[in-house]
Amino acid sequence: MSAMQKLVGWIDARFPLTSNWKTHLSEYYAPKNFNFWYFFGSLALLVLVNQIVTGIFLAMSYKPDAKLAFASVEYIMRDVEWGWLIRYMHSVGASMFFVVVYLHMFRGLIYGSYRKPRELVWIFGMMIYLALMAEAFMGYLLPWGQMSFWGAQVIISLFGAIPVIGDALALWIRGDFVVSDATLNRFFAFHVIALPLVLLGLVVAHIIALHEVGSNNPEGIEIKKHKDPVTHIPLDGIPFHPYYTVKDIVGVVVFLMVFSAIVFFAPDLGGWFLEPNNFIPADPFKTPEHIAPLWYFTPFYAILRAVPDKLLGVISMGASIVIMVFLHWLDRSKVKSIRYRGTLYKAFLAMFVVSFIGLGYVGTQEPTPTFNIIARVLGVMYFAFFILMPWYTTIDKTKPVPERISE
Amino acid sequence: MTNRQLDRSKRRFLVAATSVVGGVAGVAVATPFVLSMLPSERAKAAGAPVEVDISKVEPGMQLEIALQGKPVWVVNRTKAMLDVLPTLSSRLVDPQSDQPQQPEYCKNVNRSIKPEYLVVVGICTHLGCSPNYRPDAGAADMGADWPGGWLCPCHGSRYDLSARVFKNMPAPLNMVVPPYQYLKATRILIGDDKKGA
Repeated sequence: MSAMQKLVGWIDARFPLTSNWKTHLSEYYAPKNFNFWYFFGSLALLVLVNQIVTGIFLAMSYKPDAKLAFASVEYIMRDVEWGWLIRYMHSVGASMFFVVVYLHMFRGLIYGSYRKPRELVWIFGMMIYLALMAEAFMGYLLPWGQMSFWGAQVIISLFGAIPVIGDALALWIRGDFVVSDATLNRFFAFHVIALPLVLLGLVVAHIIALHEVGSNNPEGIEIKKHKDPVTHIPLDGIPFHPYYTVKDIVGVVVFLMVFSAIVFFAPDLGGWFLEPNNFIPADPFKTPEHIAPLWYFTPFYAILRAVPDKLLGVISMGASIVIMVFLHWLDRSKVKSIRYRGTLYKAFLAMFVVSFIGLGYVGTQEPTPTFNIIARVLGVMYFAFFILMPWYTTIDKTKPVPERISE
Repeated sequence: MTNRQLDRSKRRFLVAATSVVGGVAGVAVATPFVLSMLPSERAKAAGAPVEVDISKVEPGMQLEIALQGKPVWVVNRTKAMLDVLPTLSSRLVDPQSDQPQQPEYCKNVNRSIKPEYLVVVGICTHLGCSPNYRPDAGAADMGADWPGGWLCPCHGSRYDLSARVFKNMPAPLNMVVPPYQYLKATRILIGDDKKGA
């Protein structure tokens, strides 16, 4: 017995190291037919690590104080050794997090990964998404630029639309009568301590739930139905390690090429990842001529603006996000994957994609009457995808799903 | 021990009682943490009333000052501006100022103590942006029927020169008129309307 084996044996007698390695990697059997869409889970994990590591180093030089915050970010950019790189990795990482997460969620949508028995995998995932939105929103206040300030002012005011308790709630969130130093300081605390802890906990729950029920796949076939009678290993499964760890490394390399290209050559991506107005220090007396959130919030922001009533607008925006949690209960189809669904579902899905991207674009533009009408049409299309789902998935013609995953 | 019967109902009672007491303790401990997020004494003190000399505000001009960190405007309206106000009623959400967005003594068409001087908190009642002063009646980008007022850059809400919101705008209410009083003909105290302050 080698020294290494002895050490592992010593640990295993005290901590389930080998058994955990087996459960989650070397003997976690994933379907053999994963494709391009299955890169984004591991990439999301990679970006999370990037955000945590770069965030720790930014916190070493950043000052969460309304008088010092803006200058401390410029100090990081100009005077801290390699500070510009760490800051751009963090700001580009934030947008790339949403790119990866949106693609990851779309994968779940088209292959029915939210269906039984993976409802909790999806629900934990939605909770991660909500926590991520809160994390991104609070992080965006920290540079204390004009968009930071007015974006926070608008979003916190949304809570003021709630009847009776709204104004008191908004006051409690801000800790002052307007967005101020108190708000900045507490958002910093939430951004660097509270929400990262919540995110990590939810990611663990998401993965534990996934590994309990097993991964879905592009065919939507349950591989656990056909196991080897002797070994009880799914016949269409392959061990996650080394097969998918190696596959994911390829994804990581391609992702890092794109990521580095943005960080080094276009860190603000023409205003899409860092808005020009945020290079102006926050001024509580001057709202910028045109304010819009960053691209990953604009589909929901467009829905908020499209409704000509304050409370209904806020409710619609909230509903457009929360409705995604209930996908499992809305989908009545006999099949999971888009590969076996009929044209009706595909038409509605195409409409949903058009509405989401369309709303995302309209949300970045000034609210002219034409754009308001477009936003209303797109908003109706967005909700129709969810609300009509029980109907069109019931009558849609599906194809028979094979028992096994073919070659 | 072995011959003693387990008293399940007593156990249930003890579990329930412990849970309730523990829950109460949990709420009690959470209370100071939740309350610590309310505005601090220092933030509340920053809301002290502000004295403003309005003699330098030329007719048609807007003066901006800070009250509790919020923008407060003092506008010296011209005769022409004031004459337009009573004609707008049919286009406004709350022309009579029925909603409690101003002190009683400002519940009139000018929403002010002295007709020409409007004092108003410059925050849009929709989502808290600060509207831009657009006194230029009939401006090309505002439309020929624009009587002058404020335009919110965030979501396009429009207000007239008494800070009353127009119909079919995202904002639901007129902008807030803070309590204020005249100390002298050209000095006002904003944030307090009690005599002898």
